[in-house]
Amino acid sequence: MSHAPFIIGSYAVALLGFGGLLVASLLARRRVRRELGERGLERRR
Amino acid sequence: MTGFGALLARDLRLVWRRPGDMMVVLAFFVVATVLFPLGIGPETNLLARIAAGILWCAALFASLLSLDRLFAADYEDGALDLLLLAPWPLELAALAKCLAHWIVTGLPLAVLAPLMGVVFGLSGEGLGALCLTLLVGTPTLSLVGGLAAALTLGARRGGALLALLALPLCVPTLIFGAGAVEAVATGEGFVTHLAILAALALMALATLPWAIAAALRQAGE
Amino acid sequence: MATLHFLANPARFRRFSQRVLPGLSAVTALALAAGLYLALVESPPDYQQGETVRIMFVHVPSAWLAMAGYGLLAALGASLLVWRHPLAALMARGTAPVGAVFAAVCLLTGSLWGRPMWGTYWVWDARLTSMLLLFFLYLGHIALSRAYDDPERGDRAAAILALVGAINLPVIKFSVDWWNTLHQPASVMKLGGPSIHPAILTPLMVMAAALLLLFVVLVLLRTETEIDRRRLEAAELAA
Repeated sequence: MSHAPFIIGSYAVALLGFGGLLVASLLARRRVRRELGERGLERRR
Repeated sequence: MTGFGALLARDLRLVWRRPGDMMVVLAFFVVATVLFPLGIGPETNLLARIAAGILWCAALFASLLSLDRLFAADYEDGALDLLLLAPWPLELAALAKCLAHWIVTGLPLAVLAPLMGVVFGLSGEGLGALCLTLLVGTPTLSLVGGLAAALTLGARRGGALLALLALPLCVPTLIFGAGAVEAVATGEGFVTHLAILAALALMALATLPWAIAAALRQAGE
Repeated sequence: MATLHFLANPARFRRFSQRVLPGLSAVTALALAAGLYLALVESPPDYQQGETVRIMFVHVPSAWLAMAGYGLLAALGASLLVWRHPLAALMARGTAPVGAVFAAVCLLTGSLWGRPMWGTYWVWDARLTSMLLLFFLYLGHIALSRAYDDPERGDRAAAILALVGAINLPVIKFSVDWWNTLHQPASVMKLGGPSIHPAILTPLMVMAAALLLLFVVLVLLRTETEIDRRRLEAAELAA
């Protein structure tokens, strides 16, 4: 049995898991900031 | 100390007036236990081997059933606010509620489970081990369950969330409780298991009343 | 300690985080690139396990970080309950999903490691089983903190849960170890623990450092969002 699929699979899992979380977190941040901006509550610098 | 006794007596009296609440939990235990042979097959050897785990798991689930009402009734009718203001420590009140729960749930289960154990073909010694480990182990379940109940007071989907919170914390008790009954089957003693169960119960007793009190306080805020 | 108190103010933390994140993200990307190169290209196949040892470079650091993450949740919980640090609640909210994802990656890669090694996708190995229970503890924390209309109530409940869970973790680990040795089949199944020699140690440590940096980046990012979200909710209530 070739081990390659399992190795590739593991790194794919890590990429999807961490990458997905990163993307989701960035999107959530953007969404909340946009809503704050709409209400005119710009963050204090 | 009179506060402790009064609270305990009141909870027990409430159950005495409505024994159906307690009966339903025990009936669930019986029905859930019977489901397993129906799902797995009647082969006696297999059943005898897995009896310990099934009985302990069913006892665990049955224990959880009545928990979401543990504090909810008091929370809803304002009795919890009175408890928060009462002169005696909230930790004692928490302990009294958990003790009441154990008397009404854990104790009957420890008596009922060996009867179901017969159905599974457990040996006499196994039945004894089952009864003893449940007696020593179910107080921990009541305490952990009490914490989960206090944490989920007023939460959305409190019942399922309660189970999600309580079950992982009950795993050590489950492992040693079921393990003890299996140890009997293989001829080793179960004293070590019993000792560890007792240690778990003491640990729970020494820590959880404070956690439960903290949870009740922030529920009352 | 002074730094902690300084950062406990959410607004101040947010400014700090915004300054730090871009640079930190760049360093993280570099570290990940280096780690991946070492793990996939440089390091030789292990004489025992062949190429599959490469899975360990992701699996083991994920395990470490999942456990450290829960320790962080417990520390944040204590910080919230004892010192009432407003940031602690928001950071806990941001951290829990990160820890849960690390635990999930650990479980999945562990499963994929087990298949070529021992023929099955799941082994009731003590460490994997403990990690599974840790994953459930994470799920409980995430669910509990979001189960209330008043988010602060959820924060405090989750903080208590994190503390109780952290105390319980050694107990759970101990009992699962016991359970595993009891039920050990004749062939000893021990996932993990190839003899660590230097050729393997370096990629492992680099990947661990890179994933740690990623953990920090994710926590900072999510905490910023939680701070903003709490401000949004407060504004909506006031409106």
